[in-house]
Amino acid sequence: MKYLFRLYIQQFKTTFASMFQYRASLVIWMIGQVLEPLVYLIVWSTVSNGNGGSIGSYTTGAFASYFIVLMLVNQFTYTWVMFDYEYRIREGLLSFALLRPVHPIHSDVADNIMSKAITLPILMVIAIILALVFHATLAVTPLIIILFIPGLLLAFTIRFLLEWTLAQAAFWTTRVSAINQIYFFLLLFLSGQIAPLTILPHAIQIAAKILPFYWTIGFPTELLLGKITTSAALVGIGVQVVWLIACIILVRLVWRLGVRVYSAVGQ
Amino acid sequence: MINRNSGSIVYIQGLSKTYIVNQQEAGATATIKGIFHRNKIEVPAVDDISFSLAPGEIVGFLGPNGAGKTTTLKMLSGLLYPTRGTATVLGHIPWKREKSFLRQITLVMGQRNQLVWDIPPIHSFELNRVIYRIPLDDYQRILKELTELLELGPLLTKPVRNLSLGERMKCEIAAALLHRPQVVFLDEPTIGLDVTMQRRIRAFIAEYNKRFGATVLMTSHYMADVEALCKRVVVIHHGHLLFDGELALLLQKFTSHKTIVIQLGECQVDLTTYGEVLSCEDGRYTLRVPKAETARITERLLADLPVVDLLVEDPPIEEVIDRAFTEWNP
Repeated sequence: MKYLFRLYIQQFKTTFASMFQYRASLVIWMIGQVLEPLVYLIVWSTVSNGNGGSIGSYTTGAFASYFIVLMLVNQFTYTWVMFDYEYRIREGLLSFALLRPVHPIHSDVADNIMSKAITLPILMVIAIILALVFHATLAVTPLIIILFIPGLLLAFTIRFLLEWTLAQAAFWTTRVSAINQIYFFLLLFLSGQIAPLTILPHAIQIAAKILPFYWTIGFPTELLLGKITTSAALVGIGVQVVWLIACIILVRLVWRLGVRVYSAVGQ
Repeated sequence: MINRNSGSIVYIQGLSKTYIVNQQEAGATATIKGIFHRNKIEVPAVDDISFSLAPGEIVGFLGPNGAGKTTTLKMLSGLLYPTRGTATVLGHIPWKREKSFLRQITLVMGQRNQLVWDIPPIHSFELNRVIYRIPLDDYQRILKELTELLELGPLLTKPVRNLSLGERMKCEIAAALLHRPQVVFLDEPTIGLDVTMQRRIRAFIAEYNKRFGATVLMTSHYMADVEALCKRVVVIHHGHLLFDGELALLLQKFTSHKTIVIQLGECQVDLTTYGEVLSCEDGRYTLRVPKAETARITERLLADLPVVDLLVEDPPIEEVIDRAFTEWNP
């Protein structure tokens, strides 16, 4: 434990130093993170206004709150490991990772935590400005916070493990970008990123709740917005725990198989 | 096996690795066929090789491109499973990749980088310190030693991407040796470096070996590396072990010719009866003669011609090795 703690602290320092090497690209990347939800926000606000000020249970102001909170939640749970893995295998970085006496997942976990610690405060400021501009409101109670924190942490862990597992596809194929595209399309649609799930067709809502996507973004977002009853929230956290266990099993299994393939084929 | 194995740091017995490769012919029809049916062929990369390394030895691992050198090094450092055969390194089976094993070895690949690209190497060093559980005192001492030996001083705080190839290589080597591995696998550690840098790295490897008693198995295409560092060489070709023994012995075995350089007044003399004339410049002839006849021909040359100067040389080691590869075709 002490070893991992030291390792994480050191990886934090490395990530910190790396991120500040490219300040400009960091800013550009953050603009992208803000623009996407902003576009959906504007589209849905416009549709909502044309529809007499609301769609389903969402008023124009509620759309604004939804997408602003979603932007923060998405930023919190986002990972880039799926884009990175193919490169790591091709460039032999994975070989170096395998030569080290520590599981490579740790450096990714630490890397993610640190980069979020840097980007989230900036995004919070942007969120507050957007909230003022779009008249978004948020009524948070202590109970909501108590439910939201585990919901958010579980969302991050599930998404991280899921994407880390999918990234292992690079062991089997060199066409990882196709898998990434399918994944991110499903995520966009089924996680609540493109629109709140409750205004989408019933069948999609069911599909979203069976699959893991909703539990990584939509669920914590709706939790913080107070859209979910306490009992439904507890059930939701239960579902997240089930997904977490499934992901832990999956990541270990796929990693073991992947390394076996890598060790058989070589790069 | 345990008995035979005792005393050797690296022990390899009948090690083989066969890759399965999808083969595809050119042309549209073949491409479409390839969607439904892949032609899989077996490519033997390493075929039944056996050798062992004694503690503290530096052994050169030679062979042309594609001979199976890197595949062998990857198996020995645990990155690849063999198809057949066994190997132990420091008593461990490498491909089990036990942490206690990984902490005692290193693999340096001259064409790959382990340093974090965007930031100074000192960050990567610090990370390795934690990963390999190197006590702070030891780390500082080793870092100081490596900094002196490799002249890393000003490089440690420059971003890796701003370093030259040679500077980066020195940092790569330092990063790979911070945990003072007992077994060092070097795959082309001097590739692409200029002569001065090659010499420096060579000197460093010798010094590291001497100072820490580490066992070193290295590949290199630069024979100067091998000559300077390795008394013993292991040669493989098409995955087969061809030679295992002293470098001097290898040279002797494959040196069938010697060159005789003689200084005459001009280049008009016909020397073809003495040997193969390789060149002549300002009366300075270079002749290639069979090794066994060197003495006799030298005698004749001195007797027959007004020789100003005479020199008998072994052919360059590159040439010998090259001949060994081309002649040896199992």
